[in-house]
Amino acid sequence: MKVIYTDSLVIGGGLAGLRVAIASMQRGYDTIVLSLIPAKRSHSAAAQGGMQASLGACIKGEGDDEDVHFSDTVKGSDWGCDQDVARMFVNTSPKAIRQLSAWGVPWSRVRKGDREVVINGEKVTITEKDEAHGLITSRDFGGTKKWRTCFTSDGTGHTMLYAMDNKAIQMGIPVHERKEAVALIHEDGVCYGAVVRDLITGELIAYVAKTTTIATGGYGRLYSVSTNAVISEGIGNAIALETGIATLGNMEAVQFHPTAIVPVGILTTEGCRGDGGLLLDKDGYRFMPDYEPDKKELASRDVVARRMTEHMRKGKGVPSRYGDHLWLDITLLGRKHIEKNLREVKEICEYFLGIDPVNEYIPVRPTQHYSMGGIRTKATGESPTLKGLFSVGEAACWDMHGFNRLGGNSVAETVVAGMIVGEFVADYCAANPLNVSTSTIEHFIKLEEEKISTLLLREYGENPFELKAQMQKIMMDKVGIFRNGEDLTQAVEQLKILNQRARKIALRNRISSSNPELVEAIRVPKMIKLAQCVAYGALLRTESRGAHAREDYPQRNDRDWLKRTLTTWKDESSDLPEVFYEDLDVMKMEMPPGSRGYGVDNTIHHPDTEKRIKEIEEIKAAHPEADRYEMHDLLNPTPIPEKFKGKNERIGRGFK
Amino acid sequence: MSEQETMNEIKTVSAQETVTEPEAVSTQNTSAEPEKGNETERILKFQIFRYNPRKKGDKPRMVTYEITEAPGMTIFIALNEIREQQDPSIQFDFVCRAGICGSCAMVVNGSPTLACRTLTSKFPDGEIKLLPLPGFELIGDLSVNTGKFMRAMSERVESWIHDQDADKVNYDKLEERMDPDVAEQIYELERCVECGCCVSACATKRMRPDFLSAVGFIRLARYALDPRDKRSDEEFYEILGDDDGVFGCMTLLGCEDYCPKDLPHQTQIAYLRRKMLKVK
Ligand SMILES: Cc1cc2nc3c(=O)[nH]c(=O)nc-3n(C[C@H](O)[C@H](O)[C@H](O)COP(=O)(O)OP(=O)(O)OC[C@H]3O[C@@H](n4cnc5c(N)ncnc54)[C@H](O)[C@@H]3O)c2cc1C
Ligand code: SF4
Ligand code: SF4
Ligand code: FES
Repeated sequence: MKVIYTDSLVIGGGLAGLRVAIASMQRGYDTIVLSLIPAKRSHSAAAQGGMQASLGACIKGEGDDEDVHFSDTVKGSDWGCDQDVARMFVNTSPKAIRQLSAWGVPWSRVRKGDREVVINGEKVTITEKDEAHGLITSRDFGGTKKWRTCFTSDGTGHTMLYAMDNKAIQMGIPVHERKEAVALIHEDGVCYGAVVRDLITGELIAYVAKTTTIATGGYGRLYSVSTNAVISEGIGNAIALETGIATLGNMEAVQFHPTAIVPVGILTTEGCRGDGGLLLDKDGYRFMPDYEPDKKELASRDVVARRMTEHMRKGKGVPSRYGDHLWLDITLLGRKHIEKNLREVKEICEYFLGIDPVNEYIPVRPTQHYSMGGIRTKATGESPTLKGLFSVGEAACWDMHGFNRLGGNSVAETVVAGMIVGEFVADYCAANPLNVSTSTIEHFIKLEEEKISTLLLREYGENPFELKAQMQKIMMDKVGIFRNGEDLTQAVEQLKILNQRARKIALRNRISSSNPELVEAIRVPKMIKLAQCVAYGALLRTESRGAHAREDYPQRNDRDWLKRTLTTWKDESSDLPEVFYEDLDVMKMEMPPGSRGYGVDNTIHHPDTEKRIKEIEEIKAAHPEADRYEMHDLLNPTPIPEKFKGKNERIGRGFK
Repeated sequence: MSEQETMNEIKTVSAQETVTEPEAVSTQNTSAEPEKGNETERILKFQIFRYNPRKKGDKPRMVTYEITEAPGMTIFIALNEIREQQDPSIQFDFVCRAGICGSCAMVVNGSPTLACRTLTSKFPDGEIKLLPLPGFELIGDLSVNTGKFMRAMSERVESWIHDQDADKVNYDKLEERMDPDVAEQIYELERCVECGCCVSACATKRMRPDFLSAVGFIRLARYALDPRDKRSDEEFYEILGDDDGVFGCMTLLGCEDYCPKDLPHQTQIAYLRRKMLKVK
C-alpha cells in the first residue's frame, strides 16, 4: 500500500485550489495539490470575461464600493446567498485582484482621455480621468450597477491561472498531475485525505493529510450540452456525498448562460453584451427591451436565459437542424474592438462556426454553464458535518451565489475564497495533530480496490458511455431552464433506474492501468448520484428562485422556501439521497429580502422581513454617527481573517 | 516491466515511430473550402497511432477507423465517437474542447495542431492521420505528457515575477500603475497555452534534448518586458545565453508556423538574441 503524508491536501489545481495551497504553504504547512490534468489546463483558464472587484477606477465604475457590490450580489442570488459570506467576499475582492496584479496578471488598464464605447446599441464617447491612468480598468457585465468587471483583454481566466500556478511553482508546491481522487478517507467524523487513482499507472495511493480541500470545479457535464470543460464532472462533490457525512448544498441551483454557440455549446463571453452586443430574433428584431426595459440584454443571467427561451417558444427563434436559436450581434462593436477585447470569441466563431463575427451574427442559445450548488461549507470553508474537510471554488456551496451567480463573481470567488479559506485551513493544520489509524487507511483503499477489480472481472453488463449519455439527456430534457413537477418526477424516476443499472457496469477493455473506459466506469455511478441530487432537489423545491424556475410555482416564496437545500447519501444501497433544509435567518440579514427589479414582483414574503426592515431602521437611527464600516459591524458582523480586514483605497476617495 | 524499461521504450517510440517531419508536409493552411450545402454524408477514414507502453507485448501500429461525418464535426467529436462506439481503449486528452487550454495538440496529417478546433470538413479526401506529438513522453496512443515538460520549463526559466517586495505589498492600497499599452503587450506574449506544438515542430529541439524551445523563449520575453520583474539582463543571460538557449536556435521558424495562438516567435527570438548579445 502506497501512502503519502502531507499537512494540507488540495484536490484540484484550478484557481481556487492553487490559492488555498499557496496560503497553507505560506503559513509553513506541507502542501500537495492533486489534479486530473496539468494545473494550467484547468477550466479556470477558460474564463474570458472578467473578475468583479469594486475598484471604481474607470469612469463608469465611479461611486462603486463594497456596498454596491454586496447589494448586486445579494440581489443576483435572489436572496438565496449567505450574506456573511457575500460581505466577506466583497471586502476582500479588491485585495485579491491587487495581489494578483503584483503576482503578474497584466490586467487591462485605464487609458486617460476620450474613448468610444457602445451603450444600449448606441456609440457614445466617455472620458477617463487623467488621475486614473494606469490603474486597473473594468467593463460592464450583467446584473451590476457599475462597471466592475476587471479583465485582461479577452483572457482573464488564462492570465489569472498562469499567474497563480507560476506563484505555486515559485513556492515549490508540488502538483501531482493525472491523479484522480476517488474516495475520501475518514474516521469518527474527521476527514484524513483521499484515495487517489493514478490515471497513467492505475495505481491506488492513499494521500493522508490533516486537512483535505476539495476544489474540483463544477458539475456541468451532468448535462449533454454545457459550456464547461469535459472534466467538469463533479467527482469532488460526489466523493464528499459518498461519505454519508458531508452534505451538498443547493444542488438544484444550476445556471444557464444566455450565449453559447449552437450546436457545440462553447461559450461566447458575457463581455460581448457587456461591451454592447445585442440579442436579435429571426426577424433581426432586438427583443430584450420588450421584456426587460430597464436592464435589457444586461439583466441577470437567469433572467436573460428565460426571456430568450420564452421568445423562442413564441416562434421567434431561428430554426436550424439543431433546433431553434437566436442571434448575438456584435458587429456594431467594430473590428478593432473585437480583435482586441473579444479575440477569443472571434477565434471560436472562425474555428467552430466558420463565420466572422465582425460581419456576421453568432447563433446562440442558453446553455448549462455554472453550478451554484456544491459541498456545503461554513463561512470558514469547512464542512459543518465532516471535520477537516474543506471546499472552495465552484465545487463548494460557500454560498455567496445563492440561486444565481453574477458574471465575473466566480473567478473572483475562487481567489477570494482561496485566500480566506486558506487561512482557516492553515489554522486547522496548526490546531490539529494527524492521528488516523492505519487500519482506516487500509479499509478505504481496499474498498476502492474491490470496486475496481469487480469492474475488471465482470463479463457482461452495462456500458458506462451509454449510461452517461442517457443521464445527460434526462437532465437536458427534464431538469433545464424551465422546470415543472411532471418532468421532474419523470427525471427522478428514470435516474433511479440508471442508478440501479450503474451498479452493473462491465468493461470491454479490461486493464487496470491507463484506461479511459475504466475512468468512465468509476465516474458514471458517481455522476448519476449527483444528477439525482439535482433533480430531486428541484422537484421538492416548489417555488421559483434565481435560476430555479418552476412553471407550476412561478412565485418566489420566502415564507416557505427561504432555505438552503441540503443533501446527503447515507446508505449506499438506497436509490435516492436524503434531502433536508437549513433556514436562512432573515433577522440576521444586512439586506432583507426585496425585489430584484425584473418583471412583476410576485414574491410571497417571509413574516420576518418587515420586522427586520424596521429593526435595521432603528439601528440606523440609533447610530447616526456610524460610518459604513461601523454600520456593517452593527448589522452583519463577519468572521474575516485579521489579514484581510483593512479598508480598501479607491481613487478620488481614499479609504472612505 | 520496470519504469526504466518503460521509459526507454517510450523514447524509442517517440524518436522513431511518431516523428513525422512537420516541415515536410504542409497541409496546415489547407485552403480547401468547407463543403457548403453538401448534404450527402461522407465516410471519414481515421488512421490513428496506437501503442500502450503499459500493456505487455503491445506494439506501435497504425489502426484505421471509419465513421460517418456529421456537420460541424471536429476531431474532438470524432475521436470520442470512435472511443464510445468502436474502441473504448483509445487514449487522448481533451479538456476545454474550445481551443483554449492547450491539452489536445497532436499531429494531424503531418501538422502539429490543436485537434479540438480542427474541423473534419477541412480535409477534402476525408482521410485523417493522427500521431502523438513528438518530443514528449508518450503516455499512450495520442496522449503525451506535456504537463511534465512545461512544469520543468517554468522552473528552468523561473516563470514568475522576481521582486523581493512582491509579498510585502499592501493590497489595501491602490495597485501600482502600468501603462495600458505595456499591459497589452505583456498579454500578447502571455497568450501561450503550453500546447507544445512549437516544441514538436522545432528541428533544433530534436537534435538537442535540452534545448529550451520557443515556448521557453516566449515566456522569458514576456517577463523581460514586464516592469514588475526586476531581473537584470545578466540574470536572463544565465538562463538563455548558451546553445541550449537562444544561441542554439537556427531560426527555421517551425515554431512560428505551427503556434496555434500565432505568437510572434520570430520577433521575440530576435529581441532576446539582441538583448543577450549586449550582455556578452
Ligand atoms: C467557458 C466559461 C467561461 C467562464 N467565464 C467566467 C468569467 O468571465 N468570469 C467569472 O467570474 N467566471 C467565469 N466562469 C466560471 C469560472 O471560470 C469557474 O467557475 C472557475 O474558474 C472555477 O474554478 P475552480 O478553481 O473552482 O475549478 P476549475 O478551474 O474547474 O478546476 C478544477 C480542478 O480540479 C481538478 N479535479 C477535478 N476533479 C478531480 C478529482 N476527482 N481528483 C483530482 N483533481 C480533480 C481538475 O484537474 C482541475 O485542476 C466561466 C466558466 C466557463 C465554463
Ligand atoms: S526558430 Fe528556433 S525555436 Fe523556433 S523552431 Fe526554429 S530552432 Fe526551434
Ligand atoms: S508558444 Fe504557441 S505553440 Fe508553443 S506552446 Fe505556446 S501556444 Fe503552443
Ligand atoms: S481541448 Fe483545450 S485546446 Fe483543445
